[in-house]
Amino acid sequence: MSLPQALDASALPSIIFTTAAQLVDCVDKRLLVILRDGRKLIGILRSFDQYANLVLQDTVERIVVDSLYNDQPRGVYIIRGENVVLVGQIDPEKESSPSMTEVSLDEIYAAQQKESDERKRKEEVKTGKLIDLGFSIEPQVEDLY
Amino acid sequence: MLFFSFYKTLIDEVVIVELKNDMSVRGTLKSVDQFLNIKLDDISVLDEIKYPHLSSVKNIFIRGSVVRYVHLPAAVVDTTLLEDASRKEAAAQAAKAGGR
Repeated sequence: MSLPQALDASALPSIIFTTAAQLVDCVDKRLLVILRDGRKLIGILRSFDQYANLVLQDTVERIVVDSLYNDQPRGVYIIRGENVVLVGQIDPEKESSPSMTEVSLDEIYAAQQKESDERKRKEEVKTGKLIDLGFSIEPQVEDLY
Repeated sequence: MLFFSFYKTLIDEVVIVELKNDMSVRGTLKSVDQFLNIKLDDISVLDEIKYPHLSSVKNIFIRGSVVRYVHLPAAVVDTTLLEDASRKEAAAQAAKAGGR
């Protein structure tokens, strides 16, 4: 698909230091977008603006637990820029990386549950020990950003 | 705008960007913009075991607001020049504030 004139890469060479110049090379390519809540979306970038608001087409959500993953079809996304952590261009040559195994949705949920149980258990042990030592523990905030 | 200009002098240098989610990425700085969004080429994630999903990605755009640190090679930073520039910028800011 050819780009409309306004999005022509030569019209905005990457030497111009703007958000648009950085993202224009990514248009119509398959991207991995990581969001602030840890979600990983893979889709084709169709549009964007200076805040890194993004429009993704044919998006799948990739659920990753260690080296296991599962892709869930999601469709079209309009992502508000503030939720974007990074946008990665997927190298088609390295697309099927041997380090990761695709599993079924049930398996990935089971792995996710196991991981979160393990994390909770560790957190409880740590909190218990710290309380024993006389520290006051504030509830953990999930959003790191 | 000082740091925007400063980052522009670092184009094509290898830097390590640490994000607020504790992930660190090494790559060649390709571009930067007014929000200090960063574009890196030939990336490698420092803790690849923890972030295996980035192994098929070669270049990334990082939103400036999620960056915690950028580690720079010491050799490419002229600290004296940067100090001077910082002082000049601070003086200009102060003059502007005083004039109001």
